[in-house]
Amino acid sequence: MSSPTPNHDDVVHSEPFLRSLMRRQLALSIACAATFLVALLGLPLLNYFAPAFMATRVAGFTLSWLILGVLFFPFVWIISYIFIKRSLRLEEAEVQQLRR
Amino acid sequence: MNLPLAFFGGVDPWIFTFSFITVAVTLWMGFRSAKSSKTASDFFVAGRSVSVGWNASAISGEYLSAASFMGVAGMVMSSGYDALWYPVCYACGYLFLLLFIAGPLRRFGAYTIPDFAEGRFDSPMFRKIAVCFVLFIGFFYTMPQMKGAGVTLAYIFPGLPYWVGVVLVGAVITLNVALGGMKGITLVQAVQYWIKLFAITVPVFVLMAVVGFYNGQIGANLAPGETAPAASAAQASAPSSTGIERKPLVAKAPADTAWIAPFGPLTTKAVNAAAAALPAEQRAAFLAEHQKPYSLVYTYSLIIALVCGTAGLPHILVRFYTNPDGVAAKKTTMWVMILIGVFYVFPPVFGVIGRNLMPELYSGVGAKGTDKVVLELPTLISAKYGVVGSILSGITCAGAFAAFMSTFSGLLVSMTGALAHDVYGRMLRPKSSSAERMVAFKLSAILIGGVAVTLGCFVEPLEINFMVGQAFAIAAASYFPLLFMSVWWRGMTMKGAATGMLTGGLCALGAAALTNLGTLALDKGPMGKIFASFAPLNGFWAEHPLLRILCEQPAIWSVPLAITLMIVVSKATAAQVPADIRMKMLVLHAPEKLGLKQEYIQDHQAGAGH
Repeated sequence: MSSPTPNHDDVVHSEPFLRSLMRRQLALSIACAATFLVALLGLPLLNYFAPAFMATRVAGFTLSWLILGVLFFPFVWIISYIFIKRSLRLEEAEVQQLRR
Repeated sequence: MNLPLAFFGGVDPWIFTFSFITVAVTLWMGFRSAKSSKTASDFFVAGRSVSVGWNASAISGEYLSAASFMGVAGMVMSSGYDALWYPVCYACGYLFLLLFIAGPLRRFGAYTIPDFAEGRFDSPMFRKIAVCFVLFIGFFYTMPQMKGAGVTLAYIFPGLPYWVGVVLVGAVITLNVALGGMKGITLVQAVQYWIKLFAITVPVFVLMAVVGFYNGQIGANLAPGETAPAASAAQASAPSSTGIERKPLVAKAPADTAWIAPFGPLTTKAVNAAAAALPAEQRAAFLAEHQKPYSLVYTYSLIIALVCGTAGLPHILVRFYTNPDGVAAKKTTMWVMILIGVFYVFPPVFGVIGRNLMPELYSGVGAKGTDKVVLELPTLISAKYGVVGSILSGITCAGAFAAFMSTFSGLLVSMTGALAHDVYGRMLRPKSSSAERMVAFKLSAILIGGVAVTLGCFVEPLEINFMVGQAFAIAAASYFPLLFMSVWWRGMTMKGAATGMLTGGLCALGAAALTNLGTLALDKGPMGKIFASFAPLNGFWAEHPLLRILCEQPAIWSVPLAITLMIVVSKATAAQVPADIRMKMLVLHAPEKLGLKQEYIQDHQAGAGH
């Protein structure tokens, strides 16, 4: 690995840089995790409090089965796609910020 | 192989051919790549040069175990809706790994998780604790794989004792790992993912085309509140209103309404057992009061165990070190989620069709029960299309072989890595040469393979998927809190991390052991006799159903416990936070382009007694 220039080094090793680095990535991660958890932990609650609604038939499946057994997978793919895109953009921005 | 010839009498030639080809290809690829595995880095982290596509396939191949291939289908068949949480959380757990752990962990640049543990806290002591947990979780996870091997071989060769399959498959994989190390199995596992996907999708689509699609098959089961058409569907084998054929259910099978709806037989088992122990007149009131709330607790605990556990499985985590950098690690994780998600849609279909058309499996126990629905179901087509059924059954058998072989090889590599790299290379003989370490790797592989086979011989009565769930619960309460907290919280100290991980992990381990002992005591075979002294435990469970649930699925209390302990103890020992913590955090989180990256283990130094 090439050694960074001294000036650049000071910024990289400064407390504010690390703080903003971690905070931005963590904020993104938590936002994505929250979306996921609301769906994941909400489904048992719906099953618990609205069993009749969740037993509605949708093309043979019960609604609850359709959501959990089929629709959940693409839902998670979308979250992970958005996360990757934003996370890589954040990293790019961090590098740019230091090069300026 | 010195199998008596008599066993070949009842063997289906197609099933034998396909399974044999899978094993032969695995061995051949292992031998071939053994030639290119030369350095210690090749053995431990595949030279850190695995591309995103290969690595995603390899991780998926390693992750989709016997539990996914056979266990999920069997469990959906026996328990219905509640079992769907397994495939969904197995796949979605990777999201946590992606969001919080994958990138930083790779950037730290270690070989194994114990390396990370030592490096992050500057503590050789902590490495020892982490090694123990790699082995604990690993062995817990190998047991169901071994059961998968035993069940499948006993299915292919009727009359073959269960243990022969365990020994045979264990020996083949151990040889493979000892020859090629991580680099050798990466290729094998990547190919095995595609074998598995092929082996699950082709039979599913052929079956659905013949006997009716997924939605129709589910539609044949009555949901709560629905009434059966005039001629009760459950009794007649004539086509029901949906046009789907059904065979009559056997006595042991759960009723339609309990099976299709949430909070069914899986999550209410403990409460039902407790109700059965009560006087008849109190049962209804007891069930009405406790059944649903308790099974909600069970469901949540299961979800936490599976999601957090996926993000804490050492044999999966070690694969992220084979990525070239942190960006590749993140991309790999996303592709893994897609590959795994596509796969997991299908095993439940087997379970659903199996319930409608092969209800006789409900009466079987252990290796002859619902766990073999994936292998058995394609033979249904034989009646109509002759040899096609045998070919399809051969394909699913090949998939099952690929499943337990790839997962077992991954586990073996991670446990062998822990033993050879962490115990031998770092603790016993830090000055050993690269060549000596490779010999150590090979010997460790044989040792661990032997132990895994021995353990595998004891677990026939336990359900495959259930055992895997317990391994996840242990990982969720030990490695997940450790990684999550030490990646994102600077204030963590070695003492805090160790206390939290040990307490959480050991509590989960103890709880899992208690439940298993009770189950083994009920077994009617030889295991029941060995564990008979634990039978009173089941009486205790019947009196305290909530305790039983919290023991069977400990994640709901053990994960928060581990995290709380980590915070409290770290705060109390705040003076011991590593002095260069800012640099460590920077290495974990800064993009590689900034030129900060320092491999914690320098590859070229590995041979020079680093």
